[in-house]
Amino acid sequence: MLFSGRRRKLAVNAQTEIYGQPLQFYGQPPLENISLSEFETFAVDRLKLLKTVETLGVSYVKASEQYSFKLMNESKSLNFPYRPEAGSMDDRKPQPGPTEYDKRRKDHISHFILRLAYCQTEDLRRWFIQQEVDLFRHRFSELHPKQKLEFLHRNNLQYDTISVEEKKALQDKLISSSAGISGITVEDQDFYKVPFQDALDVVRMRKVYLKAGYVYIPHQDIVTIVLNDFRTRLSKALALTARSLPAVHSDERLQPLLNHLSHAYVGQDYSIQKNVGKISLEQIDSLSAKSFPLCMRQLHQALRENHHLRHGGRMQYGLFLKGIGLSLEQALQFWRSEFIRGKVDADKFDKAYAYSVRHMFGKEGKRTDYTPFSCMKVILSNPPSQGDHHGCPFRHSDPELLKQKLQFYKVSPSGIHQILELVKGMHYQLACQKYFELTHNVEDATFSLNHPNQYFTESQKLLGTGRDMKRETDGAQRSQENASTKGSSTAREAAAKPPQQIAEMTEELDSFFQDA
Amino acid sequence: MPCSDYDPASLPDLLPLYYRRLFPFSQYYRWLSYGGVQKNYFQNREFSFTLKDDIYVRYQSFSTQSELEKEMQKMNPYKIDIGAIYSHRPNQHNTVKSGTFQALEKELVFDIDMTDYDDVRSCCSAADICLRCWTLMTIAIRILDRALRDDFGFQHLLWVYSGRRGVHCWVCDEAARKLSSAARSAVAEYLSLVKGGEETVKKVVLTDPIHPFIKESLAVVEKYFPQYALKDQDILGRKESVDKVLALVKELQQAFQKDKIPESRWEHVLDQALDKQGTTKKGQHFEKEIMLQYCYPRLDVNVSKGVNHLLKSPFSVHPKTGRISVPIDLKELETFDPFAVPTISLICEELDRPKPGEEQSEDTNKNEDEKDAAEKRKVRDYKRTSLAKYIKHFDQFLDTMARSWKGELLKKSDLQKDF
Repeated sequence: MLFSGRRRKLAVNAQTEIYGQPLQFYGQPPLENISLSEFETFAVDRLKLLKTVETLGVSYVKASEQYSFKLMNESKSLNFPYRPEAGSMDDRKPQPGPTEYDKRRKDHISHFILRLAYCQTEDLRRWFIQQEVDLFRHRFSELHPKQKLEFLHRNNLQYDTISVEEKKALQDKLISSSAGISGITVEDQDFYKVPFQDALDVVRMRKVYLKAGYVYIPHQDIVTIVLNDFRTRLSKALALTARSLPAVHSDERLQPLLNHLSHAYVGQDYSIQKNVGKISLEQIDSLSAKSFPLCMRQLHQALRENHHLRHGGRMQYGLFLKGIGLSLEQALQFWRSEFIRGKVDADKFDKAYAYSVRHMFGKEGKRTDYTPFSCMKVILSNPPSQGDHHGCPFRHSDPELLKQKLQFYKVSPSGIHQILELVKGMHYQLACQKYFELTHNVEDATFSLNHPNQYFTESQKLLGTGRDMKRETDGAQRSQENASTKGSSTAREAAAKPPQQIAEMTEELDSFFQDA
Repeated sequence: MPCSDYDPASLPDLLPLYYRRLFPFSQYYRWLSYGGVQKNYFQNREFSFTLKDDIYVRYQSFSTQSELEKEMQKMNPYKIDIGAIYSHRPNQHNTVKSGTFQALEKELVFDIDMTDYDDVRSCCSAADICLRCWTLMTIAIRILDRALRDDFGFQHLLWVYSGRRGVHCWVCDEAARKLSSAARSAVAEYLSLVKGGEETVKKVVLTDPIHPFIKESLAVVEKYFPQYALKDQDILGRKESVDKVLALVKELQQAFQKDKIPESRWEHVLDQALDKQGTTKKGQHFEKEIMLQYCYPRLDVNVSKGVNHLLKSPFSVHPKTGRISVPIDLKELETFDPFAVPTISLICEELDRPKPGEEQSEDTNKNEDEKDAAEKRKVRDYKRTSLAKYIKHFDQFLDTMARSWKGELLKKSDLQKDF
C-alpha cells in the first residue's frame, strides 16, 4: 500500500516536471490511470493533428509562415500545446478552457497511445515517425532561442563545435553551403561538426558543408541534429513497443480501438476490389480519356505509344488498374498485348514481366496484396527520372509542358491559368481536383481528392456510366460523404459517450476514418 | 582479331572453362570476407544466379570459398548478382521466422547506365555505346569518385565496368557497408543534380549560393565540355540538338540563327549568362545548368537506396556482349576503352594458345600437393590472358583494403586482452 502510494507520488512529481517544459523528447511514458473515453479522445485528436501535419507538408513549404500558422491553429483547436511562451505553469491569468498543463498532458499521453497503434508494421512506423518528426520540428522552431538552449541542456544534447581557426579556414565553404549565412553570421555563431549519418535531411538537400564524412551545421540549423536524435529515439522506442504489444493486445477493450487507429492513416486504400471484372479491356482507352486522372492518362498514353513502361510506371499504373477492377488475368493480357507490340516478345514478357504483374496481385514473392498508390505516395516517393512517365503531372512536369498538355486536352485558357496558379502554390492535389471539375463540368467537386482511384470512382459516378459498377460502389460512397460532412463532430461526440457504447463508436470511427 | 568475336550462342560452352580455370575465386573470396573482421560475413551474403533461359535463382549462399567454387562450376551461371549480408544464411531464409530474416549490410553501390542519357547524346541510343558517349562515364566517375572520397570520406571505392553500357561503383568502407537505407538515399540524393522524367525539359536548376559540391563537379564538367559536348556530340551544330538547347534558353533563337559555328554559339550562351548575372536574380546560372544537364552523372537512385538491392558482380560475364565485368583502374581512366575489355571468348582462346616453357614447369611440380598445384595452375592460367591486368588491379585494391582490416583486427584483439 505504502509502496504504491509512494510510487504514484513520484510519478506525479516526474510528470509535473515534464509538463513544466514546452517541449519534450517523450522519454518517460505516462504512468497515471486514465478513462477509456479519455484514451480515445486523446488518440483521435492526435491522429487528426498528425493528419494535418501530413496534409500541410504537401501543400506548403515546411516551416513557412503559412505552414506554421495553420499547424498552430490546428493544435489550438484540438487542445494541444501551441504557444511555447505560455511556459510556466503557474499562469497568472486563469484562462477559459484547458490549462497549459492539461494540453501538455494530453500531448504526452496521446503520443504514447499512438505509439501502441503505430508500432506494428514497417509502413505504420514510417508514417508515424515522419509526422511526429515534422510536428516536433514545427514545435522546436517555435521555441525562443533561450528555450532551445534550455531544451538541449535538459536533454543532455551536446554536439562538438569547431574551433575559431577551423571556422576561419572554412569560411568560404561554410558561406556557400548554407542559405542565409554571411561572413558576419559565420563569425557570430557556433558551427557543429557531426557525422553525416546524423544529419541526413540536410545532406540530402545539400544544405550544409560536407567534408570527409562530417557535416558542419550552423547553430541556426541545429534543429536538424536534434530532429535526427528524436527520430532515432522514436524509431528505437517503436521497435521496443512492438515487442511488448502482445500484452496490450490481450486487453480486449483496447485491441479493437488500436486496430482502428492504425488503419486510419491511409484512408480508404482502394485495395478491396468490389468490381473485379466489371471492366473490359476494350473500355480502357475510352475510360482513360473520360475518367482517368491526368497521371494515369499520361501513363496510359505513354504505354500505348512506346509499348513499354519502366518499373515505376508499371507499378503506379498497374496498381491503379487493379484498383478500378482489372482481374489478374485481364492485367496479364493487357500488359502482354501492349508489350509485345514493342521490343518485347511474348516469351520475354512471360519471363521478365509477368512475374511482376502477378507480384502486384500478391501471387508471388512475399505475397503482399499491394494497394494502389495514393496521391501522397505518387507525389512524395520515387520521383520520375529519365525515361519515366510516372509521378504526378502537376508535381513533376514543367509548367510549360503541363500547359501544352492541358491545352491538348481542351481545357479552357482560364481553367489552365487556375490550375497553373495552384501548381505554383504547390497545391498539386487541388490542381488535380480543379482539372476534375473542369473536365467534368462541375462547379464544385463534393469530395476532397487524395487518391487516383477516388478520382476514377467519382468520375464514373458523375458520368453515370458503367451502370452496374455504379450500384456496387454507390453505397460506400454515400456513407463516405456523410462522414465527410459531419466527420469531425461525429468523432468528438463519440469520444464523449460512456464506454458501454464503445462498439457502436468504433463503427462510427470507422466511417470517420474512411474519410480522414 | 577474329578470335575475340563473341557469339552469344557459344556462352554455354565457354562458361565451364571460365569458371574452372579463370574466374578469380580467391580474390573474390578475400574481398567478400573482408578479413574476417565480422563473423559470417561471407556466409550470410546473398548471391543470385541467372541461369540459361533467364532462370533466376535468388538467395544462394556459401559457407566457404570451395563451396562457392563448386557451386558455380556446377551451375555455370550466365550472370552473377551480389546482394546483402543477411541476419541468417540466405539459403536457409525459408526456415527462419518471417520478419527476422533481414538484410543488415551491404556495400554502398551506384549504378550509372548510358540509357539514362538518351536525351543528351546523339551518337547512340538505348543499349548502344561508342567511344564518344563513353566520355559521359568518365565524367561520372571523376565527379562521384571525388565526392565520395572528399565529401563523404570513403576510401575503398571499386569502379567496375558493367560489361555493356555502364559502370558500377562499390563503396567498400566499413562505414559505407553499415549505412541504413535512409542514409543511402540521402547520399544518392546529395549526388543527384539532374531531376525529372519525360515531362521535364529543364532538369537542372541551381540556386544561390552554389554549394561547394556543385562547384567541384562543375570544374570537372568544364574540363570535358568543349571537346565532348561542342565537338564530339555537336550539341550546338545539329538541328535537333540545337533545338533542345534552345528549349532551355529561348532568348538565343535569333543569335543562333545568325551564328552557325558551335563554339561561337556557346560564346553567345556565356555572354547571355554574364548579362543576366548583372541584372536579374532568377536563371542566372543557366550556362552551368546546361553543362550539368548534358554531362552530370545520372544515377539510378533506386539501386543505391535499398540495402537488399542486387547488383551485377565484378568478373561476371555480360551474356549479351560476352565482356567480363572488370574493375577500372582510375589511373588509366582517360584511356579506358570499353571495347578493349576482354570477352569470354577471347580469354578462353588465349588460354588455349600454348606458351613456350609451360609444359616443362607442369612436370616439375608433379610432387606438389594436389590442391596447391591446382591453385597455382589457375594463377598461371589467368596470367596468360588479357584478364591479368584487371585482376592485378583488383589485387591492389584488396591490398589497400587489407591494411584497414589489419587495424580493425588489432583493435579487436587489444580489446580482448583488456579482459
